Amino acid sequence: MTSYVSLGYGDLALASVFVLLNGVLSIWLGLGLERRLAVAAVRMFVQLTLVGLVLKTLFGMGSPWMTALWVLVMLLFAGREVWARQDSRILGWWGYGIGAGAMALSAGVVAVMALGVLVRPDPWWAPQYALPLLGMILGNAMNGVSLALDSLHRAVRREARAIEAQLMLGATRWQAARPFLRAALRTGLMPIVNAMAATGIVSLPGMMSGQILAGIDPGEAVKYQILVMLLIAGSTGMGVLLAAFGSLYRLTDSRHRLRPDRLGSSRDRR
Amino acid sequence: MLRVRGLTRLALGPVDLEVADGDCLAITGPSGAGKSVLLRAIADLDPNEGTVSCTSCARDAVTGPDWRGRVALLPAESGWWGDAVAMHFRNPGGQRNLLGQVGMPAEAMGWDVARLSTGERHRLALMRALERGPEVLLLDEPTTMLDSGTTLLVEAMLRARMAQGLSILMVTHEAEQPVRMGARALWLEGGRLSASAQQGVGS
Repeated sequence: MTSYVSLGYGDLALASVFVLLNGVLSIWLGLGLERRLAVAAVRMFVQLTLVGLVLKTLFGMGSPWMTALWVLVMLLFAGREVWARQDSRILGWWGYGIGAGAMALSAGVVAVMALGVLVRPDPWWAPQYALPLLGMILGNAMNGVSLALDSLHRAVRREARAIEAQLMLGATRWQAARPFLRAALRTGLMPIVNAMAATGIVSLPGMMSGQILAGIDPGEAVKYQILVMLLIAGSTGMGVLLAAFGSLYRLTDSRHRLRPDRLGSSRDRR
Repeated sequence: MLRVRGLTRLALGPVDLEVADGDCLAITGPSGAGKSVLLRAIADLDPNEGTVSCTSCARDAVTGPDWRGRVALLPAESGWWGDAVAMHFRNPGGQRNLLGQVGMPAEAMGWDVARLSTGERHRLALMRALERGPEVLLLDEPTTMLDSGTTLLVEAMLRARMAQGLSILMVTHEAEQPVRMGARALWLEGGRLSASAQQGVGS
């Protein structure tokens, strides 16, 4: 809108010097991180550049169907990411479906409500609003859900004896798993709780900083940031709850038995 | 009373057996014969086929938790979900009498699980199972980790419960235990139960 400094690709190349420095440090100290760092940086560059092109095209087209298609792509990728981040996963389609379904439902409900009731762009699905909003909501829900599921699945694997001890005493599956369900929910919600508590003083949120850098009035940027934070917290909480209960439902059966056989073996990462 | 008909689970079975009220049935057999699998299947902790019933109901007629409240399993290694011993009991204050019967001090209810020896854990797990007042008790190697004196104490306590009507199905390696418990003994090998208890000892 007002004045902002436009960036050239040369500026970005210059900024990558610091990441290169990290790479040199990793080689020098033998951290073994240089390869992963390089791959991650290149992925970030390529993915964001492509997304920039996709968004530009979508904004130009202004088609609800193409917007919906991109939303679907985002959801599928988020589901895959949640699946990939778990140490041991539920076997079969359930393993993908529980995380993806929980996120689609929670992020979808929150995003639709935000667009239809709060921000109210015209039309309500306008890609300029819908896609960035959904992206931020989904990204955080994805983090929360994958943390919660990872924690729950680890507990089912490691604490199977403690869970079964309660089942043997006549506890229901929900009673028997309660301590571990609670720990999983706590783990999933911790990042967003911490983010809300520390925001503004320690860290300026990325979205708000970006808006201010791009020349928006800080007061307006703050209002959007608060809106986004609240939406993120709401959808993360809902997503984490749905995913954890869904997962526990699948890892037990109607006779209230623990079914670790439905969980794939844990693999050593790296 | 416990009645099992045509029970199968993986390589186990079909198994038929019956334990009358106040009776004890002992199962022996080589390692890996499926003894623990059998007990878990009866308690409905793993998917299995067959009909099982106790005096008050058939297994299929009640929920899993309800069934396991009537037919309690004490596994060879007990699980603990809290730090304090007392957390695992409904009424920690009412255990004083029973603690003495199994040779443990009354303070044990105030201990942490982490400081328990294997034998202490096992006796407390047995008390925890009895506290729910089951009709049938499934015991997996109930005295393997106890010294001989404590073993006799626990057996005496169990016989007193049997006199009140408790049915016990136990898996044991000790040849003398079925005799002391006044139990019939069956032999489990290759997933099949046979009546001749002493036949294959040592094989």
